[in-house]
Amino acid sequence: MTLTMIHESRRHEIEERYPHYFKRSLRQRFGFPLILLGTLLYGLYAMWFFDLPRLVAEAQWQRFGIYLSQWISYDVQPELRIQGDGSIETRYPRFSVLGDDPHPDWIVANPQGGMTVLVNGTSRSVAVSRGQAVVTAFGQSITVDLSGANPRVVGQAPDWMTVYDDNVLANFGFSGDASISSDRVRVRKRFLGWANFVFDTHSPFFGKPAGEVISLIASGPRLDPAQSNLSLAWDNIWYNNAWQHGDVWTKLFQTIVMAFLGTLLGALVAFPLAFFAARNITPNRPLNQVLKRMFDFLRSVDMLIWALFLTRAFGPGPLAGSGAIFLTETGTLGKLYSEGLENIDDKPREGIKSTGASTALVHRYGVMPQIVPVMVSQTLYQWESNVRGATIIGAVGAGGIGLKLWEAMRTNSNWANVGYMVLLILLVVFLFDAASNALRHRLMGTNTASIRH
Amino acid sequence: MTTSEMHPNSHGIGSAWDRMVAKRRVYTLIGLAILIIALISSMRFADESNAGHFFERLPHLFDFLGWLIPKDWTDVWRALFDIASPNDKGGEEYNFAKGRIYVSGGFYMPEYFELMLTTINIAIVSTIVGFVFAVPLSFLAARNFSPSGPLRLVAKRIMEILRAFPEIVIAGLFAAVLSIGPVAAIIAVSLHTIGALGKLFYEVVENADMRPDDGLRAVGANWFERVRFAAVPQVLPNFASYALLRLEINVRASTIIGAVGGGGIGEELKLSISRGFGAKTVALVLLLFVTIIAVDQFSAWLRRKLVGEQAFLLQH
Repeated sequence: MTLTMIHESRRHEIEERYPHYFKRSLRQRFGFPLILLGTLLYGLYAMWFFDLPRLVAEAQWQRFGIYLSQWISYDVQPELRIQGDGSIETRYPRFSVLGDDPHPDWIVANPQGGMTVLVNGTSRSVAVSRGQAVVTAFGQSITVDLSGANPRVVGQAPDWMTVYDDNVLANFGFSGDASISSDRVRVRKRFLGWANFVFDTHSPFFGKPAGEVISLIASGPRLDPAQSNLSLAWDNIWYNNAWQHGDVWTKLFQTIVMAFLGTLLGALVAFPLAFFAARNITPNRPLNQVLKRMFDFLRSVDMLIWALFLTRAFGPGPLAGSGAIFLTETGTLGKLYSEGLENIDDKPREGIKSTGASTALVHRYGVMPQIVPVMVSQTLYQWESNVRGATIIGAVGAGGIGLKLWEAMRTNSNWANVGYMVLLILLVVFLFDAASNALRHRLMGTNTASIRH
Repeated sequence: MTTSEMHPNSHGIGSAWDRMVAKRRVYTLIGLAILIIALISSMRFADESNAGHFFERLPHLFDFLGWLIPKDWTDVWRALFDIASPNDKGGEEYNFAKGRIYVSGGFYMPEYFELMLTTINIAIVSTIVGFVFAVPLSFLAARNFSPSGPLRLVAKRIMEILRAFPEIVIAGLFAAVLSIGPVAAIIAVSLHTIGALGKLFYEVVENADMRPDDGLRAVGANWFERVRFAAVPQVLPNFASYALLRLEINVRASTIIGAVGGGGIGEELKLSISRGFGAKTVALVLLLFVTIIAVDQFSAWLRRKLVGEQAFLLQH
């Protein structure tokens, strides 16, 4: 490119004119690489500190896929028992999602005796008869001989089959698996979706198609003489055993209430205190300092510590959570409000003071119009972030959905419920995001960004 | 003198003004009434669904001070520095010396300092990871630098979901994969940090001065060059300032995550409070309090150097 060629003397002239671009200090030149190097070294240290290589090597990544797939699916585990006389009995675990005594169409009795479980159509199936089980999957048919004390794979076992001493495990991928012993075959068949999300197996509406349920509710005969079908259906949904809709929604509401109460009460207490803490409004240094240090203290003790103490004082529940948010928020909002007050323009105050107005009027007309939009905006932000925060402190016993979420996760068996609650939390957070954004825009016009930064 | 004497038109203006004020006042009153009703009913709701009730527990509010205040104040220092206590009669309340982590020979690191270090390291690592991922995401999401519309929407949605996703679920999921411990906490806090920082960063980028970018476009710079030479020099101080603020938040977040199984000082604190170990609790609260203040002060000092006094208006 010829355009960039500059004559030697001109180049010197430019270099002379802008020394700070061409003759940069050591810090300017090497600052960034040094920070990068420092970060890398720290990264190495952290890897050693947390023993990362060993953890990654020992990690059980397959669990990640299994648990995530359990968020959106459920399984049914029939057990086929081979009786002494060669007949086969089908059993289901207690509390099976199919209800009592189910006869699903994917377990078929074979004409020549025995039974076939269609795990995924006919392409993945297990046929059990006296003395043998034939597993069909991935285009292969493998016979497992069950006549001995231990099951024995006939021929070469494929790689989707794991052979143990007394047990052969066939893995069908997402659609399920089959565990074969000499006297019984336990099949796990996986379905996409949430089982019994509306009605559980104890409900009289269980297993009925949607159209029938609606017509029953609208005009059917009473299923329970004590109450109408509508209230029965509502009862059955609210107290659904598997999903506990009622409990989940109440706890979710508790979380929202905790954030609302804590933030609002915090704002109500912080608001007057901020006027005493701002040095331009109350020119009293010791008082300013005492209040500001108090705000710092409330903030620094941290929501967790407050939550733990208040849980001991009030017992677990939303009262402890609201109290913890309230104490932290008084500190945070007090700090933000008093900083906001210290940054106001003094001219309106002086103008109103010069008319001989009383102190209260000076504050009302000289200070409030400037500061209220800022305060409202900051309070809404805190409320929004406290809805998220309240979820977490709930897990230490401070009420709300946090504890429920934590309990559903701890057993590693109820990931579908975890998925349900996460979905609800995401929904609530998005709704609050949108609501607080809309409120801020309405209250302050479009220049919200300039006030925040 | 009434307004109508001043100008023939001013009567109409005056009454319009009065009507406007009256209308605003009504709206304000309605808003206030709704707020007060909401406040009172949520107080009642919170009180009813709590295990203990407010007024019945209020006299006992400071009962916990009874067990919290140690019988022997030197026990607090002993707990902090793992010095054997004469009160130790077996049991866990006074077994301070057991927690020692020997570094070399007789030189040891007190248990609580090690736990605090773990929590701080969780916070620093997740802030760094969050920063590294949030920077590219923020340039994809900023209106003025995004290479394409759909990509911008995808980047914004990703950040929103990361921000809103409950941290304990991520921690719980990774605790199952990686075994319970600080690494699951790091992943949880990092993912949240990516979302939170990404949002702040792209707002900073959208407020950037576009004249350097116009110059670079004019000489035919590609996207990376535009970002590197037009945007980064302007936004880096603000980015760094936000990252430091996030570090303060993350120290708290990793303490909380620790309390629900992520390791670090949070877990120890929760155990100590739930078992009612006074000296240990005071020592832990003291350590945590001093550390949080130190991190806040350090970050405030660094932010003041980076962006001046304005740093203190950046609050979330």
